[in-house]
Amino acid sequence: MIEIKNITKTYRTGDVDFQALKNVGFTIKDGEFVAIMGPSGSGKSTLMHILGALDTATSGTYFLDGRDLSKLSDDELAEIRCDKIGFVFQSFNLLPRTTVLRNAMLPLVYAQVSHEERDKRAREALFSAGLDEGHFYHKSNQLSGGQIQRVAIARALVNNPSLILADEPTGNLDTKTGEIVLGTFQRLNEEQGKTIILITHEREVAEHADRIIFIRDGEVVEDHGQHAKRIINRK
Amino acid sequence: MKYRDILEETSSALLANKVRSGLTMLGIIIGIGSVIAMLAIGQGAKQNIQGSIEGLGSNLLTIMPGVIQAGRGIVSSGRGSAETLKNEDLPVIEKVEGVAIVSPELSRRFQVVADTGNNTNTTIMGAEVKYAEVHNLILANGNFFSAEQVRGLGRQAILGATVASDLFGEIDPIGRKVRINGSVFRVIGVLQAKGGFGFSGPDDMVIIPLPTMQKVVSGLDNFSSVSVSVVDKEAMAQVQTQITDDLMIKHRVKEADFSIISQQDILDTMSTVINTFTMFLASIAGISLVVGGIGIMNMMLTTVTERTREIGLRKAIGAKRRDISLQFLIEAIALTFIGGAIGIFLGWLVSFLVTYFGVLQTSVSWYSILLAFGVSALIGIIFGYYPARRASAMNPIDALRYE
Ligand SMILES: Nc1ncnc2c1ncn2[C@@H]1O[C@H](COP(=O)(O)OP(=O)(O)O)[C@@H](O)[C@H]1O
Ligand SMILES: [Mg+2]
Repeated sequence: MIEIKNITKTYRTGDVDFQALKNVGFTIKDGEFVAIMGPSGSGKSTLMHILGALDTATSGTYFLDGRDLSKLSDDELAEIRCDKIGFVFQSFNLLPRTTVLRNAMLPLVYAQVSHEERDKRAREALFSAGLDEGHFYHKSNQLSGGQIQRVAIARALVNNPSLILADEPTGNLDTKTGEIVLGTFQRLNEEQGKTIILITHEREVAEHADRIIFIRDGEVVEDHGQHAKRIINRK
Repeated sequence: MKYRDILEETSSALLANKVRSGLTMLGIIIGIGSVIAMLAIGQGAKQNIQGSIEGLGSNLLTIMPGVIQAGRGIVSSGRGSAETLKNEDLPVIEKVEGVAIVSPELSRRFQVVADTGNNTNTTIMGAEVKYAEVHNLILANGNFFSAEQVRGLGRQAILGATVASDLFGEIDPIGRKVRINGSVFRVIGVLQAKGGFGFSGPDDMVIIPLPTMQKVVSGLDNFSSVSVSVVDKEAMAQVQTQITDDLMIKHRVKEADFSIISQQDILDTMSTVINTFTMFLASIAGISLVVGGIGIMNMMLTTVTERTREIGLRKAIGAKRRDISLQFLIEAIALTFIGGAIGIFLGWLVSFLVTYFGVLQTSVSWYSILLAFGVSALIGIIFGYYPARRASAMNPIDALRYE
């Protein structure tokens, strides 16, 4: 459960203050599949960094599963990310020269999980993300863009987080591969009940979610469900 | 993060850039290698000199006429000018408690001509029978002269190993004749070679009976030195003071007109000189270690910048500051440690070769190996600390945005 209220984020470059987020507030319940949509430069990534405990807001409050994250230290935030959040980024997702399996288990390395347990869970996660077992020992630079994102999804899943954040996960993929990756998110949401927040500037991508939050110039301008529409689209 | 994981990360990071890791390590390898080699060579030189000095008799006091003053050498000594050690001093010295043997000696350099026609300039040592015992001399061949021969102004000579080979080469010198300052001597013995380190030892001398030296060869009746062997090595200092006091009374002087040097004094002086020299060489080598350390720091800073996105990613998925800083610190320490190990091997190899080719008997001490390991780990920590801190302090967002 995510509750944010009156979130603002001000960047200071030299003498100039720039408000990237202005009074943003919403609630996302467990198991929702939400898209945050807006044009480039509207503050989506900034919002995602705050939601993902990578950064703290300049003002406002953020409760994740009832815990206030607005005033935690770097290491405390790292612990939250380790326990509760999985990330999929647009690019540079994987460690180079490292096997798929090792990449997928990286969060477990920092979560002090034993070697046997890690291996088991990384395989399960890769399987959930739809990656062939034949690729497990490939180096990450031998994979296609779609495969890379699936390894990234597996890595986001591996520590069994309650929240998965994906920032433009299809930005570097062709439409067909992008569809497969988005399908994976949908499946994880429906079958495993994961809360998923998908950040994108493309309407077609956002429409895979059940709910779309529009932001523009750092403000939420629209917030509505898409559920009905998706069911209609499928039929 | 577990230690096994850190080691896995470290080895994959170092192997990913083998050439760079190798070149960076080279600085440490050369630094540690030269420190080890320098210490081993210094240690070897010290043991060598200690050995040759101790070989001359470690419980030995040498009384010499004249005063040795720091920076001025022997004052009021020299030929004829300080004839302060005479026959009547010997009973005084012999009476001192703790004195075992007193050996009066008179030495001068003379030209020696052998019956082979060869000649050499060497020290002629006039001595009594006990000379051999006091100075731990061993005969390779023949006999030492007897007390009768000494008393009877005998013309017998014992050759040092170098002199023997200079004068007679491969020929057996026993029974042959040598001429010293106009007198003919029969060679009755040859000393075993002692070796030595630029130190005029018994190899380069001819020993003849003391009265013959005084009355026939040199025409002097004083001694150039009196060697005293002491019963108990621990009592050296005490015996030294006692002899000084007694001789001053005997000579009726307020300031000693003679000097007493113990082998320990020579040993100490030599050791100090060599230690200083070794430390000097080792610190020059140490400077190359610091340069090597700076190389490590340079490489680590480059690595941290290159891997900014990787660091951002690791932090995003839950790495704490400690995990990141430890990863980079261990990487630096691994570089210096491996470099240190190779350097120790190389330094050992150098000192082994020095020994093998007979230049000097060197010895690599455990102490220097431990020191080298400690220093290389320390260099890793010192020069790896700043880059590691820089990595761990990175903001994950800035790191992820970094192109
Ligand atoms: N670290 C920063 N310092 C200064 N300005 C920033 C920083 N990060 C983002 N911004 C600005 O904030 C605005 C929102 O950026 P971002 O959240 O990345 O937008 P989006 O992801 O929607 O494209 C942009 O105008 C961007 O230039
Ligand atoms: Mg963005």
